[in-house]
Amino acid sequence: MELGLRKQDLAFQAEVCGFIDRHWPERVRGVRGNSADDHRDRTPHVQAWFDALVAQRWSVPNWPLEHGGAGWTPTQKFIWDRETARAETPQMSVFGVAMLGPVLCRWGSQAQQSKFLAPIREARVAWCYGHSEPGTGADLAGLGTAAVRRGDHYIVNAVRTCSSGGPPRNRRAADWMFFLIRTCSGSSPSEGISLLLVDMQSPGIQVAPVAAFGSHYSAERVSLTDVRVPAGHRVGEEGQGWTYARALLDDEAAGVAGLATSKKQLERVGQIAARTPCDGGKVADDTAFQRKYRELDVDLRGLEMLELRMLADVEARQAPGSEPSILQMILKVRSTEISQRIADLMVETLGYYALPYPDELPIDNEGSIGHDYALAAVQGWLFAHASSIYDGSSEDQKNVIARSALGL
Amino acid sequence: MDFSFSDEQTLLQDSIEKFIQNDYAFETRQKVVKNEQGFSSENWKTFAELGWLGVPFPEADGGFGGKAIEAIIMAEQFGKGLVVEPYLATVVLAGGALKVAGTAAQKERYLTAIIDGSLHGALAYAEPQGRFNLADLTTTAMKDGNGYVLNGYKAVVLNGPSADILVVSARSSGGQRDTDGVSLFVIPADAKGIGRRDYPTVDAFQASEITLDNVKTGADALIGEEGKGLAIIERVVDEGILWVGSEAVGGMEVLYKATVEYCKTREQFGQPIGKFQVLQHRMVDMFMEHEQAKSLMYMAAMRMDEGYGPEAQKAVSAFKVQVGKSGRFVGQNAVQLHGGMGMTEELNVGHYFKRLTMVDTLFGNVDFHLKRFGSL
Repeated sequence: MELGLRKQDLAFQAEVCGFIDRHWPERVRGVRGNSADDHRDRTPHVQAWFDALVAQRWSVPNWPLEHGGAGWTPTQKFIWDRETARAETPQMSVFGVAMLGPVLCRWGSQAQQSKFLAPIREARVAWCYGHSEPGTGADLAGLGTAAVRRGDHYIVNAVRTCSSGGPPRNRRAADWMFFLIRTCSGSSPSEGISLLLVDMQSPGIQVAPVAAFGSHYSAERVSLTDVRVPAGHRVGEEGQGWTYARALLDDEAAGVAGLATSKKQLERVGQIAARTPCDGGKVADDTAFQRKYRELDVDLRGLEMLELRMLADVEARQAPGSEPSILQMILKVRSTEISQRIADLMVETLGYYALPYPDELPIDNEGSIGHDYALAAVQGWLFAHASSIYDGSSEDQKNVIARSALGL
Repeated sequence: MDFSFSDEQTLLQDSIEKFIQNDYAFETRQKVVKNEQGFSSENWKTFAELGWLGVPFPEADGGFGGKAIEAIIMAEQFGKGLVVEPYLATVVLAGGALKVAGTAAQKERYLTAIIDGSLHGALAYAEPQGRFNLADLTTTAMKDGNGYVLNGYKAVVLNGPSADILVVSARSSGGQRDTDGVSLFVIPADAKGIGRRDYPTVDAFQASEITLDNVKTGADALIGEEGKGLAIIERVVDEGILWVGSEAVGGMEVLYKATVEYCKTREQFGQPIGKFQVLQHRMVDMFMEHEQAKSLMYMAAMRMDEGYGPEAQKAVSAFKVQVGKSGRFVGQNAVQLHGGMGMTEELNVGHYFKRLTMVDTLFGNVDFHLKRFGSL
């Protein structure tokens, strides 16, 4: 057991920091309008960042080496996450990189890998995940039959709620969607589900926006009416979707721990509290604030250690997808809780300036009301209260933990 | 010990409840929010006709002589409907300052018009550096002949965009945070030297940043005595707390009931999710938080009606603490238990969640009122 960074990791850390300083310099950081996920809507310095990532072969580090992965150790991944969060670099899309990509690498056909992996790796395509059917949120076994095989196609009739990131104002439908759908009846409710990929330009697809909170999270209702999906766009075996779903959710959970971001946010709360006047001093001098801040700091350190243990565990697991990772679930429950607590403390720190919510989002912080960080903080707070739901509610996770870890 | 309402109080409650049911369903409310003004002048006219705008003012001034109990009755119903018309700003805050300390001439000039619905007002009291301290003021009021000249900056002035009059706190003497030397003025919102930047708030109200650049006022603009204005603002803000806190109590009731209904019908894993014990306990917690907050609402109102002083202030602070904690708890859990739907703009749940969180911020959050409670 050892806690300090080894020499080779220190060298890697220096390499990462150098890369970030070159391709995401100070002068472009913290400026609103930076993090456009959509490849059709990027500012030049955001595009330059993604180009640099691709050239460095660091855009899909979690993928297998033969598909462009970086082969990082858990420590290296941890260093990358921490340094990019600290510099607030743009993020590759969770859906393509963290969720679908690894599933395709592992279970996709040769043809699927040739067609789909490169655009994801090169940040040239927008994927979304049709995760919910009305009436079936977390309970995938409840999906009704809605894809019928006709020769070399499936005919799909379904409704899905799809998230793909990006501010509601700039919303355009993603290019492709992946979703789980029942393709046959199985002997148990979880059998008979398949993973399909669909081109969002296909005839029969209608997309209606469903506004959500915050500027980073938005969703659409996607209706598929008699949509033809080639059998070649089914990933893996028919009826085996449960296995792939497990992997998708594991990968999603791994992608959303966001502890490095939470750490950055807590730092920011501290900086803002040190600047915000309060009774002749600053908010940071207030003992009630200090107690909350310090408790969050302690909790965050514990979660960072949990994350390192989880990463080591993921490395060691021989058959990902065959069983849930308990540490990942603990991390997911606790990390979303802590991001909410930090967001709440940020909003508290703002005082009256938590209220202004102008329709026009100022670009580059010009013309902000009160403080230039206030609106982003409020939006972050709204988003934080969505995150404990959207990929398996905390309650579901606790049920699984109770069964798997405690045998209850 | 008597917690029952009089016939008039019951009538008042019923009439507002009916209005919300018939004319302010959630879909209607959402349309009203999108009005250019951010609320409906038609509704404001209705409030005037029904006498609601006059409830808190003495009969001698043309009102109905209502007190704190009437205020909480009204506010609780308004909160259930997430009403966005600026009753708080115009009637409780601006109108309240004039009620408490206005001269006869000021009351004649402004209260009548507030009550008949033809005048809107705003209380400009907060400043960027002041946080929740009502005495922390850099806006100055310098004597200028018989009148004053005001210079400074006011933050997050609720109803600033629609206000015809502004009630402004400014420092006429003393150091930045001295309790002496605060003066209160009522000025036309279009006076020369007043600048405004308008914006919506995250909980669907309207507010402004207001700059004052050599704004001249006459002697008749002073409310109460020069330098003794802090006591007036504190009293008015306490009435404001009673109002928004009661709105929050109404909102919490809507949320826990909506959550129970949802959990009874939403099926997952083969049964309504309301059958799961964990969720049942959560809903019980929400229910209990509401009852606690409601109890402190009654206590605060009754203490205020016994007479404004340290006991009443203490009760108001206790109420605000409870509302801050309970409101956040109920709001967050309602969102969580509604699953993915809790996060959409289409469903009412998220809008109550935003309002409840902002109520915690208004007029001082939990930490602030715990300190005030302890100091009284």
